[in-house]
Amino acid sequence: MNAAIDFASILLGGLAAGTVLFIVSVGLSVTMGLMGFVNLAHGAFAMFGGYIIVLAMNRAHFGFPVALALGFLGTAALSVVLEQSLYRRLYRAGELDQVLLTIGLIFIFMATLTILVGPQSQPLQLPSELGGQINLGFMQYRTYSIFLIVVGALIVVGIWLAFERTRIGAQIRATVDNRRMAESLGINVDRLFTITFAFGSGMAALGGGLGAEFLGLDPQYALKYLVYFLIAVSVGGLGSVVGVYYASLLLGTLDFILKLYLPKGGTIFIYVLTILVLLWRPQGLFGRKSA
Amino acid sequence: MSTEAIPAAPATTLGRANHPAARLLIARHHLRWWETLPWLAAAAFYFVFPDYLGFGTSLMITILFALSLDLALGYAGIITLGHAAFFGAGAYTVGLLAFHNIWTEPITSLMLAALAAAAVGVASGLVLLRTQGLTLLMLTLCTMALLQEGANMAHDFTGGFDGLPSLDIAPVFGVFEFNPLYPDTQYLYTLAILFVCFIFIRTLIYSPFGQSLTGIRENLLRMHAIGAPVRRRLVVCYTISAALAGIAGGLWAQTNAYVNLSALDLDRAATVLIILILGGYGRLYGAFVGAAAYMALEHFLARIYPTAWQLGLGLLLVVVALYARNGMLGLGEVIWRRYRARRTAS
Amino acid sequence: MSKRVLAAIAALSISGGAALAQEVKVGVVLPYTGIGAEFARQMDRGMELYLKLNPDQVKPYTITLIKRDSKAPSGADAKIAVQELLTQDKVDALAGWVYSPDAIASAPLVTAGKKLAVIMNAGTAFITNLAPDFVRTSFTMWHAGYALGVAAAKTLHAKTAVVAYSDFPPGKDSLDAFKAGFEANGGKVIDAIPAGGPGAVPDFTPFFQRAKDEKPDVLFVFVPAGDHAVAVAKTYNALGMRAAGIKLIGPGDITQDIKLQDMGDAAIGLITMHHYNADLDNPENKRFVAAWKKNYGADSTPDFTAIGAYDGMAAIVHAVQATKGKMDGDAAVKSLLSWKFDSPQGPIVIDPETRDIVMNEYLAEVVKGPDGKLHQKVIGQIDHVKDECKAQAVGPCAPKK
Repeated sequence: MNAAIDFASILLGGLAAGTVLFIVSVGLSVTMGLMGFVNLAHGAFAMFGGYIIVLAMNRAHFGFPVALALGFLGTAALSVVLEQSLYRRLYRAGELDQVLLTIGLIFIFMATLTILVGPQSQPLQLPSELGGQINLGFMQYRTYSIFLIVVGALIVVGIWLAFERTRIGAQIRATVDNRRMAESLGINVDRLFTITFAFGSGMAALGGGLGAEFLGLDPQYALKYLVYFLIAVSVGGLGSVVGVYYASLLLGTLDFILKLYLPKGGTIFIYVLTILVLLWRPQGLFGRKSA
Repeated sequence: MSTEAIPAAPATTLGRANHPAARLLIARHHLRWWETLPWLAAAAFYFVFPDYLGFGTSLMITILFALSLDLALGYAGIITLGHAAFFGAGAYTVGLLAFHNIWTEPITSLMLAALAAAAVGVASGLVLLRTQGLTLLMLTLCTMALLQEGANMAHDFTGGFDGLPSLDIAPVFGVFEFNPLYPDTQYLYTLAILFVCFIFIRTLIYSPFGQSLTGIRENLLRMHAIGAPVRRRLVVCYTISAALAGIAGGLWAQTNAYVNLSALDLDRAATVLIILILGGYGRLYGAFVGAAAYMALEHFLARIYPTAWQLGLGLLLVVVALYARNGMLGLGEVIWRRYRARRTAS
Repeated sequence: MSKRVLAAIAALSISGGAALAQEVKVGVVLPYTGIGAEFARQMDRGMELYLKLNPDQVKPYTITLIKRDSKAPSGADAKIAVQELLTQDKVDALAGWVYSPDAIASAPLVTAGKKLAVIMNAGTAFITNLAPDFVRTSFTMWHAGYALGVAAAKTLHAKTAVVAYSDFPPGKDSLDAFKAGFEANGGKVIDAIPAGGPGAVPDFTPFFQRAKDEKPDVLFVFVPAGDHAVAVAKTYNALGMRAAGIKLIGPGDITQDIKLQDMGDAAIGLITMHHYNADLDNPENKRFVAAWKKNYGADSTPDFTAIGAYDGMAAIVHAVQATKGKMDGDAAVKSLLSWKFDSPQGPIVIDPETRDIVMNEYLAEVVKGPDGKLHQKVIGQIDHVKDECKAQAVGPCAPKK
């Protein structure tokens, strides 16, 4: 019984960690899948949004939901500005030029936040109702983790509905499938990309804020966790929302379980898992062969 | 005289060699006057900036590392974010041999470093080079991360994060000692190794093998169609590139008299990639320009603004990405062409 | 290019305009960017504050700090910085080093440069063996680790312990030190769990779950100060380990003063061993903390990294006076052997044998004060703690023959 409860708590912890990974990475997957734009600065958007959220709460004393909304909108707005002024000019350039641009942006974000806010990490002070433990009937568990798991599930359902049921969703799917065909059908791909880009960056901001409880938030954030975001995207399959979701949850829980039973293996599991998955399915778990 | 036995052949060859395109191709690998510039600059640096030789040494090691990456990325089109795996393999080969007092002679140590890195290269290349794009990028990255974690777990052997301290490196040719305070020997030794490696790389890329790599990068399908052994060529190229990266890593360990886990770091792999893109990939001298620009800016900005130099570096990267196609050399070319066009027009 | 850019702090006013002031240049090697940037800022302030608060000690010399970024802890950048400081700026002393790899890589240069080099943070025990000019004013992981092992057995009456540590040298040192102290006094370490690395913050849940299942009396944790430590306290609480009767203990790294308030109520009851916390009740510390808050803001606080730099600057100033500003390496180091100083952390001495610090270790519990903030209450004290790693010649701490 005790072992079962342990296992359940590890599972929940893994799911919560995976959910954070998903919320940050989903935007990256969609923009890379849609336009083939290698946006390494995606983590910088998550960091920027996280800063807005945490500072709005700690310094301006906004509530958690308001701060989250501000973070989403502020980051989405910034991403539109950057998309129009910088990203747009490199759509047709090679992916390596895109790497150069977005790494440069990471440096600028990191230095700017260090200068303006300081090198220290910013703590997320959770509202008290999310702080303690929650009774799940058979066990107590960290309320915030359960909250994250629920939020993550709602987000993935929401995005899925938006993809499947709305006009823009259909246009995005069409463009991911075959961009030229979509363009010749009169879909305004540029506008579509601006919208998805803003949305993806806003989601990253939410992930930065929601995940700060686990990942912390400091000027190094943008680089420190980039690998994990890329792993989630590549394992899930480029452009696949559901893929990133399952990949994130899978990586989160497997990583937790292996760490529990084989702690000496340290941090290698996530890399071993990624290598195995990608050798087995180079296009990712839910990616299309052509990608 | 034996050529006369095959009539018409000489005439055709001659005829083709006179074709402007053929002349261009033949002339391509001839040494041009400006190719001596980096070496003159390196020699001048030695005399003009005797106080900066430590920086100069690390700059040249980075150039060699970037050149090795250029071979894989620029010429064969293998996009990798795990090149520090080979740098680290080389560095740890030199470091472990010296730390345990097994072998400290510098030049043979470098050869061993190259061999070790090549072994990692051929093994990982055979498995990974079946993939491409983001998948290949992630696979190379994860392989490197695995090696780093492995080195951390074997800390009793590798020293882990704290590394292998105070490595004893024997004098070069048994005469020239490495002085940590005045790294003249380190500088000249590194310059010599860089020169030898560069000549090798330059010869390689203008050889038929090198040309076939460019073919693979430019049009994979066609290379398959004409029956070129694409996979094998890629693996060979990757292995050579790994060996050169291993030499860079070995040099790093020798000139620093120190190795730690940072040799295998993502930071290192990402930085060298950025440096190569910044300078311009697939053009041999991009490694020189990129490394010099990136490292000089970083070094001197960091002296002025120790806490905020990344801002300046970020701006440089963004500007080059926006205004240049294929790095600073690409930008230079565009400006040069416009200037020439204007002169011929007037 | 300007010959050198000085982040200069003139810490004296020359009385009567006597132009006798002699400049002493101190090269400071700290990670001003990257994950160590916050430490570097704390240490900068520690050094600066010593010079501000003690102009009489510095007189008639001017101390000029020349700062260099050691960047990521690869050793290579720190090494270039040290080389240029010695050969271009011709500094009279070196100071800084947050990360042990940077200090270890710099050792051959320090040996060759023959200048006093004060380690103000880097904590791997054997570093001072690597160069004769190294003097350390900070700590080794053995100071607090060993002392806490003793205290856990004697003061907290623990019989069994599980250790969870970040998998890099300070973590392993802490494990070894704690185990040595604990088991020499009748305790037993029943499991040692490597819990992620020092870079990204791992989720501690699986590691702590494992520890909880093993039902030890105490869970000893070493993780880097900062986000890691905050996550440790939160996970400990989330898993209800206190209710399960497991005490969370560790070296003071996990209750670093600048992070304490961020940890929230989760931290209450945490027991740590360290040589400094900002709540220490002595006049010297009162003066220091008050001056700190006046200069850097009421919300800011000194911590153990700041005190290492403060004491380090005091050591440099002592050496400057003792050598009459000449700062010849051997003489400067010699002047610091057995040097005593009343630091805000209490009395400290430099061990003449090892050039490492000897200091008091305080066992402290985190409590909530009447001001609603978290404080550290001293509940025990061990005086004159040496680095046990070198005292017992453990592993690489044994002097090289």
